[in-house]
Amino acid sequence: MSPGTLALSIIFGIVAVGSCIGFLAANRGQVNLEEWAVAGRGLGLILVWILLAGETFTTFSVLGVSGWIYSKGGPTLYVLVYLALGQMLVFFTGPAIWELGRKFGLQTIGDFFARRYGGRLLAATVALAGVVFLIVYLQLQLTGLGIIVEVASFERIGRTPAMVVSTAVVACFVLSSGVRGVVWVSVLKDFLLVAVAVIVGVGLPYIHFGGIGPMFTALIKAKPGYLTMPGGTANLTHSWFISTILVNSLFISWPHFFGSIFTAKDGDTVRRNSVIMPLYLMPLALIIFAGCAAILISPGLANGDLALLTAVRTTFPPWLLGVIGGAGALTAMVPAAIQILTASTLIAKNVYRPFVAPDMSDERIAGVARVAVGVITVIALYLSLNSSTTLVGLLILAYSGIAQFTPGIVLGLYSERVTRNGILSGLIAGLAVAGYLTFTHRDPFLGLNAGFIGLMANIVVLAAVSSLTVREPNGFDA
Amino acid sequence: MIKKPSISSIMLALVPFVGMCFSVPLWDRVTPRVLGLPFNMFWLLVWLALTPVLMSILYRIEKRR
Repeated sequence: MSPGTLALSIIFGIVAVGSCIGFLAANRGQVNLEEWAVAGRGLGLILVWILLAGETFTTFSVLGVSGWIYSKGGPTLYVLVYLALGQMLVFFTGPAIWELGRKFGLQTIGDFFARRYGGRLLAATVALAGVVFLIVYLQLQLTGLGIIVEVASFERIGRTPAMVVSTAVVACFVLSSGVRGVVWVSVLKDFLLVAVAVIVGVGLPYIHFGGIGPMFTALIKAKPGYLTMPGGTANLTHSWFISTILVNSLFISWPHFFGSIFTAKDGDTVRRNSVIMPLYLMPLALIIFAGCAAILISPGLANGDLALLTAVRTTFPPWLLGVIGGAGALTAMVPAAIQILTASTLIAKNVYRPFVAPDMSDERIAGVARVAVGVITVIALYLSLNSSTTLVGLLILAYSGIAQFTPGIVLGLYSERVTRNGILSGLIAGLAVAGYLTFTHRDPFLGLNAGFIGLMANIVVLAAVSSLTVREPNGFDA
Repeated sequence: MIKKPSISSIMLALVPFVGMCFSVPLWDRVTPRVLGLPFNMFWLLVWLALTPVLMSILYRIEKRR
């Protein structure tokens, strides 16, 4: 058997097992929106942890992080920090969000805004912006998946067929099993991914340099200054590091993360999850070590996203490459599934129903959501087949955008003085500023992350408009 | 109205922000190497291990309220 065929069969086997789990996980007794979108609010500590870890540890964590340390060096360390610090916000607000979710039957971030502030324009704006950013994230997963399968199969499968086939599989198990399917595929994926992180993070340094310490010694000698900030970049300085962490640590505003809070069986489960979650970042450090090793093992690659896999391919036997490829494919498919599911629920519940069919039953809305699954999948697939931006660049843009939802969430919980139009104008101002700076290539601006400057604009505008508008009833008081 | 966290909890929650984020100019260097790691990576790994410990203390404080 040629190396390509062997690696290919293993990738195919792992993806097939994962997909079967996804299909079999459906709760056949219940197929309503409540079960599909939030697993009937019944998941315990372990399953919620696996779901949240599954959506946190994505293709970005593997290819993007190793690619960034390869091409940019020290600034990459921000990923270790924001994922840990963001848990603080989940710790404090998560249980309250869960309680409100049960009390008012909330399933999406759009439902939260609709209930708290009333009206339909604010919730629909949040939902639509959320869908746009989810599609960006989704595009990143699909691009990463294409790269992984292409390299791991020794170019036996091209990027395009890999992306088309696996995206179709993802859409099918989302349709049949909803969020419960995603959770169970994630069990397999997490297990494989931690194993892969250990193999590449420890294996690459040991095989080539005799250990992690000697590897860093060689790297520091070959590229002095690369492992501190700004590393291989001109402008990713300490102020960029601090402002990017503050923006990215607001990941609770990611619609798929927000929605996952409702899958827990109680608020305490959400809180205990946030306590143990930082431990899950240790494998991410191993991926950073592997990326560091790749700088010396496979120098001179134009696309950093390929660095880890190229180093792995020159080091390990084909079967192991197949395992890594299969794990990598699942690592793309799990977050992609939850992102497709969340985006379709947002479209159906918070955009379609309020504006097109206010009287539609939940049952028929679930049907609309399933149609939306198809539409969103096709859009994301089209975009990822026709885009050339690197993985992290795309994600930083999306994080800058979703951070603008956070004032509406936090102040919605703790402040009586904010008003619907205040939150809406702040949101629009924040998105406009962050988007303008990013698209005109001014990010970072004055050494600060564009999303951070957007957030400043957001807060100033929302405070000004809220103080000029009359106090409104709080939808959570009812 | 949702119950706000206490001031002492918020202060405790800010400790890892100081340790891992705001203090970056103090620890972002390669030396001294600890366990073979560049100092900045070693520093962050220690904080990643400390953060769940701090959060479980926080959990106890908030549970009593």
